[in-house]
Amino acid sequence: MKKFRSAIAMSLVFAAGGATAGTRDYIYVVGSSTVYPFATVVAENFGKSTKFKTPKIESTGSGGGMKLFCQGVGVKHPDITNASRRIKQSELKKCQTNGVKGVIEIKIGYDGIAIANSKKAPQFNLSRKDIFLALAKDVPDPKDPESGKLIPNPYSTWKEVNPALPAYKIEVLGPPPTSGTRDAFAELAMEGGCKQFAWIKQIKSDSKKAKKAGDKKLAKQLKSKYKAICHGVREDGKYIEAGENDNLIVQKLEANPKALGVFGYSYLEQNEDQIQGSLVDGVPPEFELIASGQYPVSRPLYMYVKESHVGKIPGIREFLAEFTSDKAWGDEGYLVDKGLIPMPKEEREEYRKAATQLIPMKF
Amino acid sequence: MTDRIKATVKRGQVREAIEQSLIRRRKRNRRFRMLGLGAVILGMLFLGMMFSSIISKGYSAFVRTDIQLEIYFDPEVIDPQGARNPDVLASATYGKLVKAALRKAYPEVKKRKGKRKLYRLVSTGAIQQLRDLVLSDPAIIGTRKKLWLIADDDVDQYYKHGENQSRLKGRQLAWMAQLRAKDALKTSFNTNFFTAGDSREPELAGIRGAVVGSFFVILITLGLSLPLGVAAAIYLEEFSPRNRWTDFVEININNLAAVPSIVFGLLGLAVYINFFELPRSAPLVGGLVLTLMTLPTIIIASRAALKSVPPSIREAALGMGASKMQMVFHHVLPLAMPGMLTGTIIGLAQALGETAPLLMIGMVAFIVDIPSSILDPATVLPVQIYLWADSPERAFTEKTSAAIMVLLAFLVLMNLFAIWLRRKFERRWD
Repeated sequence: MKKFRSAIAMSLVFAAGGATAGTRDYIYVVGSSTVYPFATVVAENFGKSTKFKTPKIESTGSGGGMKLFCQGVGVKHPDITNASRRIKQSELKKCQTNGVKGVIEIKIGYDGIAIANSKKAPQFNLSRKDIFLALAKDVPDPKDPESGKLIPNPYSTWKEVNPALPAYKIEVLGPPPTSGTRDAFAELAMEGGCKQFAWIKQIKSDSKKAKKAGDKKLAKQLKSKYKAICHGVREDGKYIEAGENDNLIVQKLEANPKALGVFGYSYLEQNEDQIQGSLVDGVPPEFELIASGQYPVSRPLYMYVKESHVGKIPGIREFLAEFTSDKAWGDEGYLVDKGLIPMPKEEREEYRKAATQLIPMKF
Repeated sequence: MTDRIKATVKRGQVREAIEQSLIRRRKRNRRFRMLGLGAVILGMLFLGMMFSSIISKGYSAFVRTDIQLEIYFDPEVIDPQGARNPDVLASATYGKLVKAALRKAYPEVKKRKGKRKLYRLVSTGAIQQLRDLVLSDPAIIGTRKKLWLIADDDVDQYYKHGENQSRLKGRQLAWMAQLRAKDALKTSFNTNFFTAGDSREPELAGIRGAVVGSFFVILITLGLSLPLGVAAAIYLEEFSPRNRWTDFVEININNLAAVPSIVFGLLGLAVYINFFELPRSAPLVGGLVLTLMTLPTIIIASRAALKSVPPSIREAALGMGASKMQMVFHHVLPLAMPGMLTGTIIGLAQALGETAPLLMIGMVAFIVDIPSSILDPATVLPVQIYLWADSPERAFTEKTSAAIMVLLAFLVLMNLFAIWLRRKFERRWD
């Protein structure tokens, strides 16, 4: 009994000691759930083809990933974070105050956001203005759109928004505000339509002017006003937050042919037999058109690496080499098979250089 | 006279009234029984629906599709020096052998795009298969062999569920028809599903990593929560004085049993990871968090078990001169043990199905390597189900259902064990 007891005590001490002693023999990645399907494939291939352990990848969302990433340097902090947007100035500052000095930025490719519906219904041809008018919380008064007056969104069918669209009720299933996909959708699709009203665009340029003039407070005020108009999504049940699970949205579209869904391009590609992507500004969400930048609702995906962890955690250099190799992110690489939209060749070369020579981004 | 008539009339009425009320009572009784039966049938119906939907979706994940190809173990590719050095053999590019075999089987495919489509018929897992073959028997180099290789998930879905369920199209369908005509496609038991860790390729993904993770987590939970829970229950039930303080403790324990599990996850993050600096994603932390969650269940069940031991046992023991501690450990505890174990197993079954608290401590992650200790990063079964349910590839749908089947099987086994324990050891006092 006594022996047993001391064995337990010993093992607990070992457990705690081992944990805090400061060794980790695998790469620790956090970040965006949009990049997760791509990062995991690279991790798996890396684990299989090298002597290193397979990296651990946690899907925390872009914001959550940055928070963990910028908490400090050392084995208990992640080495890499993925993001479906660029790192923010505030996040970089936080990184610096916590001692995370050299951060290497690698753009890994693009992701298109599809607005899709069931194949049982006709394909939509939306303009970004249609998207904004159908989904914004407040819209310019339809009687006199340029008057600068906002009214709560009065539209209940697509036909009311644009007579060319079907007379279906507006019903859009999409990600919740915590999602990077939602941020990008608001920024690219809704803001894109919102800006087409001259007086709303004026607010943004006024804000910039105020900033130049040194009136920071006014600039901030105008900017947040602009954001509220352009990014505010209606809350009267026409936009349905369907959780982070894109598969669920696809299934619901199948069951309800009159609804539209918003999700990443890779889910559209995997379910092409059941759903179709709507045209946005006349451009369908197709691989080549997203890659060439013609499809308006697409965003870059990023990866951020801690320079100071290279050499301390085994395999980071090799992992970056694998990620930036042509067999992974090239035009015909395995990431493309998983739905990543590759960058043009010159851009790939540029970021490969940053990754292999470990060139940190400038603050 | 009139009184008498009144009495008889009344008596008749009373009889009638009683009979009518009897009819009403019986009706009410019947109605209640029907409702009860209806509730049970409805419950069973939902259960049946759930099971049949999961099984009908998931059973196909237990078989996988293989493609037969004639592989030439080209010495030029595998070991150009001919030294048969194991390191060289392990790092050779076996993918080339598969591609060469496919090109040979379909010489009419010339264009790059067509070739890419062709190569996609075979899973990248085939590379591992070939590597294992060569490493186990280097004499195979230089020979030609017909081998069954793992097919890609698209081929697998096509072969198992037909054209509608697959992304194959155009030429690929023609190739599939050819393969079928040559009997070069077959299904076999999917051992991978039980022996491999997670993977992003559905045909290679397995649950072993998650099962091992679950095992470690449950082991730690059991090892900590059973002694702690039983000790707390014994103290509260047999030794502690009844006062305001113990009442307060009791209320808190009952409240804790109803706290949403995510709260324990947040607590675990703050205490174990941020304060004690234990590693994220480790089964040790998962077990500690789930211990917190199962403790109240175990304490409540154990106290109920102790309460059900009749006082006469205690009095007899004390009367024979046993100390209080002897009374508890020699007489009361053995009799209460079956009830305590039942409560523990049910608590553990609950912990086995939990994901929310593990989300906070980083156990929701893509982990390929199978954990070998309680400090290695790991996931657990329900988390694996969640991760697969969220994956874009269609073939993960059946994997998800199959993993649910495995989890349900574990839960049913644990509950059966609890019932068996109760049947075998429980003593009735009457």
